[in-house]
Amino acid sequence: MSDQATLEVRNLQTHFFTKAGVVKAVDDVSFSVGKGKILGLVGESGSGKTVTGFSILGLVDEPGRVVGGEILYRGENLVGASQERMRQLRGNNIAMIFQDPMMTLNPVLRIDTQMIEAIKAHQKVSDDEARQRCRDALGQVGIPAPEERLKSYPHQFSGGMRQRVAIAIALLNKPELIVADEPTTALDVTIQGQILYEVQKLCAETGTAMIWITHDLSVVAGLADEVAVMYAGRVVESGEVDGVLDAPQHPYTAGLIGSVPSRNARGKRLQQIPGMTPSLLNLPVGCAFKTRCSYSTPVCEAAPVLSEVAGGRQVRCHHPLATEAV
Amino acid sequence: MTVFVIRRLLQAALVVLIMSLLVFGGVFLVGDPVEMLVADDADQAEREMMIKSMGLDLPFYLQYLRFIGNALQGDMGNSFVFQESAMHLIAERMPATFELAFAALFIAVVLGIPLGIYAGLNANSWISKTIMTSSILGFSLPTFWVGIMMILFFAVIMGWLPSSGRGDTVNVFGIPISLLTLDGLSHMLLPAVNLALFKLSMVIRLARAGTREVVHQDYIKFARAKGLSDTRIIGVHLFKNIMIPVVTVLGLEFGGLVAFSVVTETVFAWPGMGKLLIDSINFLDRPVIVAYLMFVVVLFVCINLIVDVLYSVLDPRVRLQEMKS
Ligand SMILES: Nc1ncnc2c1ncn2[C@@H]1O[C@H](COP(=O)(O)OP(=O)(O)OP(=O)(O)O)[C@@H](O)[C@H]1O
Ligand code: SF4
Ligand SMILES: [Mg+2]
Repeated sequence: MSDQATLEVRNLQTHFFTKAGVVKAVDDVSFSVGKGKILGLVGESGSGKTVTGFSILGLVDEPGRVVGGEILYRGENLVGASQERMRQLRGNNIAMIFQDPMMTLNPVLRIDTQMIEAIKAHQKVSDDEARQRCRDALGQVGIPAPEERLKSYPHQFSGGMRQRVAIAIALLNKPELIVADEPTTALDVTIQGQILYEVQKLCAETGTAMIWITHDLSVVAGLADEVAVMYAGRVVESGEVDGVLDAPQHPYTAGLIGSVPSRNARGKRLQQIPGMTPSLLNLPVGCAFKTRCSYSTPVCEAAPVLSEVAGGRQVRCHHPLATEAV
Repeated sequence: MTVFVIRRLLQAALVVLIMSLLVFGGVFLVGDPVEMLVADDADQAEREMMIKSMGLDLPFYLQYLRFIGNALQGDMGNSFVFQESAMHLIAERMPATFELAFAALFIAVVLGIPLGIYAGLNANSWISKTIMTSSILGFSLPTFWVGIMMILFFAVIMGWLPSSGRGDTVNVFGIPISLLTLDGLSHMLLPAVNLALFKLSMVIRLARAGTREVVHQDYIKFARAKGLSDTRIIGVHLFKNIMIPVVTVLGLEFGGLVAFSVVTETVFAWPGMGKLLIDSINFLDRPVIVAYLMFVVVLFVCINLIVDVLYSVLDPRVRLQEMKS
């Protein structure tokens, strides 16, 4: 790799040591995001997307722990980095937007307090300058009358507005990497489109790398450069977004795509992936997708590894699908 | 907002009225003060005179109405024992009690909140477990026993601190204050700690419970994601949220602190209202008892009002709701 990736995650494992047993929420996740690129991280609920995001920022709480792998931020391994080093990076170099906009802002502090402190945690700037930057950031995410809004409390905003404030906070220090955990799910379609456009522009202009976590494959199709598909704590397929979406090679990815209502398949019945997501405490031996996979054979009793099939495409399957459109 | 305040004031007045009936009725039922007051050698005529002069011959409701009428004019009657206005007696003793109560509150807050936050953040450390066990002791040991033990140890055995009285005072705007002299402070330390123990335990538990709830909130994690220092997260984000229940409960409990200082004042011979009450009960000095109890009722009612207002200052969400109503 000539150009060093902004973030490279290698074989990340984050486990929760609960009373009921070890929950392997993230178990062998690898991907990388380059400067100015957007990586879509998709997978169904409980597949470990949020935990992956928290692991990158060093925000995994007890009883969870990163137990293996490397998180390389511009070559620096963040696994095992000191608390203080992580604090310096968080919000400054690596920012995160959380999944639930209703809960991310502190209910008893004004928006300006919550924004200005995010700047002052990393830089010595005057109050006036900090305020100006807050106004700019709010304007950037399409919040009207920023000066007035700065003096408000979170409960005076709707869910969508709060999420925009959270996005604005993430943008404040012009980070090099943003982990966005389903940030537009709470927003209506027009606003979502506006934010996606802003985000894309920002990445292209400033070279910010972005990990965009979502359920929504159509968002990934329009926004991301690359995509990594997670299933039960593992990346099962990753590669260029067009390649993966047009010609998925992992049966799970194919199933996911088949279950999305699409424009060109109008009238065709949506397909559903049969079966239930397995419990992380009690995963099937071998391939975790085995119990729901129509391609499974006795070989699948042995766990497949993520391996490169062609041109940057990686698949974790013993029987990758033929490379023709489904 | 104004409607809200007026409604609260009317409710408060009603509470005070009902309490006055209960207090007056209760005291009316407890014993006959005449026996205590007339001299042993007084004859029947003198007795009658005495009863008449105090209005004790009237039926209950007339006595009550007379009491209310006078009370509305700020007259709670004269002490049988001291032949002095009951209000005046109480007012004279009030600074000592309030000073003690404030000192106890101060101790409870200044020690309780950091200890509670610590215990909430490090639930499994042995220090936290020690703090929590001690707080159970603080709840369950009787105040008077702890007071006596404190006197025994610090005053009698070690001889470090005085065991009773108020010590030197300094007059500030005509009000005697012990806090401003070294001697006064040394007199105050034991009773203040004694009175504080219960509230201290309570503050610790409240702060700990609040902390444990708040640290798991997303907004704390988001604050961490912004790269804030632990000091700022705990000192601002966490602290402001746990203070809402703490201030509410503590405010409400301040009245309790004043009321419960009866025990502490008796043990440490602290010359406050509580000691006055106990003395008055011993002498069946009705006007003073009634005046004291009414004073405490009014105090509680006022505190409730103040806490409501404070609460809305602390929690912006409440402010908005009230605005709407
Ligand atoms: N504190 C915890 N203790 C135990 N298990 C946890 C904890 N936090 C997360 N997990 C487990 O980790 C798994 C992955 O959770 P995660 O939140 O990463 O899923 P997700 O992909 O973000 O799902 P969603 O799309 O619903 O947000 C879940 O199955 C959950 O049970
Ligand atoms: S490894 Fe086997 S079971 Fe797993 S997805 Fe591939 S074909 Fe299906
Ligand atoms: Mg999630």
